[in-house]
Amino acid sequence: MLSISNLHVSVGDKPILKGLTLDVPAGEVHAIMGPNGAGKSTLGYALSGRPGYEATDGAVAWKGEDLLALEPAERAAKGVFLSFQYPIEIPGVPALTFVRTALNAQKRARGEDEVSAPAFLKMVKAASAALKMDFDMLKRPLNVGFSGGEKKRMEILQMALLEPSLLILDETDSGLDIDALRIVADGVNALRSPDRAMLVITHYQRLLDYIKPDRVHVLAAGRIVASGGPELALQLEAEGYDKYLPQAA
Amino acid sequence: MIPAAQIDLRDASSFPSRRVEAWKYSDLRQVLREAPHPSPSAAIPITGGGPFEALGGEAMVFVNGRPVGVSTLMASGTQTVRLRLISKAEGTGHTVSARISARAGARLLILETHEGEGSAYVAHNRLELDVAHDAEVTRIVLADEAADVVSISQARVRVAPGGRYRQTIVTTGAKLQRLETEVTHLAQGADVRLDGLYLLSDARHADLTSVVDHAAANGTTSQLTKGVVRDTARGVFQGKIVVERGADGTDARMGHHALILGERAEVDAKPELIIYADDVQCAHGNTVGNLDQNALFYMQQRGIPADEARALLTEAFLVEVVDRIEPEGAREVVREWLTARL
Repeated sequence: MLSISNLHVSVGDKPILKGLTLDVPAGEVHAIMGPNGAGKSTLGYALSGRPGYEATDGAVAWKGEDLLALEPAERAAKGVFLSFQYPIEIPGVPALTFVRTALNAQKRARGEDEVSAPAFLKMVKAASAALKMDFDMLKRPLNVGFSGGEKKRMEILQMALLEPSLLILDETDSGLDIDALRIVADGVNALRSPDRAMLVITHYQRLLDYIKPDRVHVLAAGRIVASGGPELALQLEAEGYDKYLPQAA
Repeated sequence: MIPAAQIDLRDASSFPSRRVEAWKYSDLRQVLREAPHPSPSAAIPITGGGPFEALGGEAMVFVNGRPVGVSTLMASGTQTVRLRLISKAEGTGHTVSARISARAGARLLILETHEGEGSAYVAHNRLELDVAHDAEVTRIVLADEAADVVSISQARVRVAPGGRYRQTIVTTGAKLQRLETEVTHLAQGADVRLDGLYLLSDARHADLTSVVDHAAANGTTSQLTKGVVRDTARGVFQGKIVVERGADGTDARMGHHALILGERAEVDAKPELIIYADDVQCAHGNTVGNLDQNALFYMQQRGIPADEARALLTEAFLVEVVDRIEPEGAREVVREWLTARL
């Protein structure tokens, strides 16, 4: 479903990803683990098209299409969703307005009918109740004054409403206490389905206790250096990343 | 205390150039070297009731500077006036002279529209406004001029002790446009709010200049102006607050914030606080920047195309000024007017 081959990405003049190859079949959850500075967040930004993250070589195919040729909003309409490690505050735009604008823009791009205001409200009420979110919070400007946990729940709520087919979770567990982590993980798990692929980017194994991956990959110095089953995450937790760092090689 | 430029359209020597400090960013002489020919009296039927028609009230209309009915109004009780300044001239000039007084205890809503329907004209709008003891006046200005015109508006407002004055100016500019407000604050609890919003594209120019003179104690002034400039447009904000000797207990706050969305667009801001009294609270804040690139990417990542994301962020930036408008009916008219121009 997602096929990354020999991907090189530079930020400014600095090469960060140096020949990353990875395949994520439909229905699978793959974890990307690695030390700080390995290029984990860069991978998420490169897949979603952030300006300044330039692919200098390699290819990314998503459902058979060249993902790198598309604008960020076009990628979103094709189902790519990056959950931000630090969700951005948007003053002056109520959360409800934001999500409805995004949903209808995606639908327009796909040639589908837009969702009416009453139908949208109904969808949001159901989705926010499932995440134990206060509905009134959604009338406030997006993420402004939200706590860390509220921002992450807001990301999961957007996922539930936008129904992406490629979910990239960038350090979704950072800043969450254990209760919030469970709610967020339940929200993500509810989205697991045979026609979705997920990339879970994380430094720590903790999140993978709640979101069980099918495969685990180690990203170090811009490349995938090891791959395995869920047991690899436990091994990394016990042994650390030392043996994958360049100076240890 | 405050010398205002006495502009007379019939006399080119009265047009200030940039050598006059208060006109440094809006050089009238440069765009107007000669006195324009006087505009013809327009015997044109007026169609419609203007942008604020749905809010009712009585109309006070000027076409090419000439009053269609009255040019002076004395308000009492609760009243709404739609002050419509219509320009239907081509290459000529005209001056409006209007006078409105709100009697003690009056509640007056002035819905002022500058309706430019001609081209290359020169409009000079003069308004004298008196807010009596315990009167409350709200003035909302929607300035919608043609791109190739010169438009100078000068409002002189006197607020008596205990009077309240609220003003919001919303404009899309002109070839050269200046919207000037001069408030004399006779204080003792007088309360003034002066807000502004400019949204300029192409080569348009808008200058929001205000002078608030606190002449006696315990007056309050609150100012918030926000603007967006694109292309080669130029926005000017000059806000001066003067607190005279003895005007203790004055509380004055001024904010101006602008977004520059074109590489060749420009914003000139000159906030000034001149304080001769000791026991006062005065503050000003001024920022000029670009749209938040992180926010733009975030919105695009969720599927909102770049242009739509920019428009949404721009609207969100400006809407803070619109949200302060009362009553709600006028606020909604302004909101729709603005959204249609984003």
